[in-house]
Amino acid sequence: MTEAIDATGLVKRFGPVAALDGLELHVATGEVHGFLGPNGAGKTTTIRILLGLMRHNGGSVSLLGGNPWTEATALHRRLAYVPGDVTLWPTLTGGEVIDLLGRLRGGLDLRRKADLLERFQLDPRKKGRTYSKGNRQKVALIAALSSDVELLILDEPTSGLDPLMEEVFREVVLEEKRRGDRTVLLSSHILAEVEALCDRLTIIRDGRTVETGTLSDMRHLTRTTIQAELAGPPDGLATLTGVHAFQLDHDRVRFDVDTEALEPALQKLVQVGVRSLVSQPPSLEELFLRQYQADR
Amino acid sequence: MTGTGKLVRLILRRDRVVLPLWVVLLGLVPAGYVASFEGLFPTAAERVAYAQVSASNAGFVTLYGPLHGSSLGELVAWRAGFLPVLVALCALLTVIRHTRADEEAGRTELIGAAAIGRPAPLAAALITTCAASLLLGAVLTAAMLGQGMPGAGSVAFGAEMALTGCSFAGVGAITAQLTSSARSARSIALVVLGVAFVLRVGGDVSALGDGSLSWLSWLSPLGWVQHLFPYGENDWWPAVLAVLFTIGTAGLAAVLLTRRDFGAGLLPARLGPSSAAAGLRSPFALAWRLHRGLLLGWTIGFALLGLIFGGVGGSVLDIAADNPDLGDIFARLGGSSALVDSYFAGTAGIVGLIAACYAVQATLRLRDEEQSGHAEAVLTTAVSRYTWAGTHLLFSLLGPVVVLAAEGLATGLAYPQGDLGAILAGTLVQLPAVWVLAALAVLAFGLIPRLSAVAWAGPALCLLILLVGQTLQLDQWFLDLSPFTHVPHLPGGDASVTPLVTLTLIAALLTAAGIAGLRRRNLPD
Repeated sequence: MTEAIDATGLVKRFGPVAALDGLELHVATGEVHGFLGPNGAGKTTTIRILLGLMRHNGGSVSLLGGNPWTEATALHRRLAYVPGDVTLWPTLTGGEVIDLLGRLRGGLDLRRKADLLERFQLDPRKKGRTYSKGNRQKVALIAALSSDVELLILDEPTSGLDPLMEEVFREVVLEEKRRGDRTVLLSSHILAEVEALCDRLTIIRDGRTVETGTLSDMRHLTRTTIQAELAGPPDGLATLTGVHAFQLDHDRVRFDVDTEALEPALQKLVQVGVRSLVSQPPSLEELFLRQYQADR
Repeated sequence: MTGTGKLVRLILRRDRVVLPLWVVLLGLVPAGYVASFEGLFPTAAERVAYAQVSASNAGFVTLYGPLHGSSLGELVAWRAGFLPVLVALCALLTVIRHTRADEEAGRTELIGAAAIGRPAPLAAALITTCAASLLLGAVLTAAMLGQGMPGAGSVAFGAEMALTGCSFAGVGAITAQLTSSARSARSIALVVLGVAFVLRVGGDVSALGDGSLSWLSWLSPLGWVQHLFPYGENDWWPAVLAVLFTIGTAGLAAVLLTRRDFGAGLLPARLGPSSAAAGLRSPFALAWRLHRGLLLGWTIGFALLGLIFGGVGGSVLDIAADNPDLGDIFARLGGSSALVDSYFAGTAGIVGLIAACYAVQATLRLRDEEQSGHAEAVLTTAVSRYTWAGTHLLFSLLGPVVVLAAEGLATGLAYPQGDLGAILAGTLVQLPAVWVLAALAVLAFGLIPRLSAVAWAGPALCLLILLVGQTLQLDQWFLDLSPFTHVPHLPGGDASVTPLVTLTLIAALLTAAGIAGLRRRNLPD
């Protein structure tokens, strides 16, 4: 299958600072791909390179089979973009902006637009400067979603939306996904959103890709939390490779363990004798927190 | 009012460059007139002759207000008659910047959540602006005293400017309460200033004739302060009106503040069309929407300027007839024996420089669009950087054609005994010089986007050369730095084509270099 986005070893420097340092991002055609990372990790920089707004200093990048820098204008007919912080022209109404951006991309589906205006409950007659952040976000979302394009690039699109509108957003993206021919790159901080929408995801930190794969792939990388009441002292367990955050209180222990160290850790417990045992499965939340926190 | 003191310090910190700049510069301008009037009219008889002609000339009275006496001080104070408009402008912009603009941007919300009284931001903006106006007055008084001018007159002169600043700080405070956007607040305040100016002009010009409408001046805060007549009557009671006006407007603004919600205005926000008109479908259509207001405003301003310059034109001959020295000076400035021709050639140079300010402003709209994120929205559609920049540059290159033509036509109409074609040509030959300054702005935007504002150095340097170059007899190479130095002086001078072609070529090269830089750089940068 061809890749909608194919970035290999991407490097972007701002003076002495490397914002991207060998980033990898591979998005297959037709999938919804989550793009995650703490603030300042380089998500927006990556997206700006993909959009031909910035030029990369190293590595290679291709978008919809083309060069995003030299073929920007032609490629932009085939994609729509929603920035994380939407600003509108103060004197143009929301409806005017939606129509204008759609027309500049090469046309928009008026029925889809009417439907989205209804579902997102947006009044298109207001002037740009009078919209709240959430409503500005809706204007950009409706403009992007009612354009007939192959690729949607969404940079934290639900920031500022209330939970009801987040739900509408999810429904709409799932509809796009069912069509099967649209690719979505979704940068987000909202785990439930990523879990509900994304086929695969890429986590970046400090300009590097730290994980990429499907959600179930990632669960294998997480730690299980074990709480147990023991018959004797758990000698050697605290120093076992893969055991973290070890706490001992009389006969009770509590620790986190990597998936690959689960078996030796349990064997240790059995050797001592187990009176009770609680095991918490790895959560996505914990995965993110661990990936987001550098060098802890 | 809790926290007002802290907010005053915050304003002083944020405006630590701009505030001293207008306070000191505007405060020092009149002192410069003292020497120039002494040089031009060294004897009392010459001053009387000049004053007689000027006081009855409608064009001069329009620009500078009424003139009652002929002493050096009175002439200087009268000649500074346009200064109150500039002081008023600075004052109202400063107040709106620290009230409605902050509120719209959300900064006031951040501050409002701290231990700050609700009226504190308004109070801090008013206190700072009025204090700055008073300081400007003090600077002016001190500078005039330094030139050896009489004490009472110098104090009245300073008070004239200080009270103008305070009055229009109050106007700005009120308009900041009316709408939710700083832009509309500024527009309304500028209209108020414009109306005040027109009322003052109407009253003063009427006073030249039968005086039936001379009471109009007394409806305008700009009219009151000019009736102090520094160095002449030194009449203080109009100052009382200005003080009461300041207190009244500030009080009204405070009452309006309590009548509205945070972030909202008293005037309801109007709704617009729910979908775009059929024509709004190209980058050019968008650029037209963004530029049309600016272009219209400048065109009207230029037409008014043309009417004033054309109206003054008739009296140029009268002045020269009464004063041979002045005639010499005009001839030297214009480089031509025909006095009226050199007058129009001189005004064309000034108008060209003002048009360059418009061209730079229109060019830097590109940077505004970039910084606000609007450019990103357009450039991620099927619009190339060339097209995007090109649609805006159409306005910075062709907009000056429109405004200069408006000025030339208005001048010709207001001076029917002149040759309209020649006057218009004199205005339009300024275009290549205007383009060079616009092209410098394109170059800055393309190569050093974060420092785009240095493009204003172009018009500033040309203004400096225009103001002091001839008087101080500076070296030719310095004068040559201004593209306006190379423009033919028309009507009357040699209509040489070479400099026009050269300037246009330079402008084209600079523009091309700027666009090439834009193509290669990060955007936004």
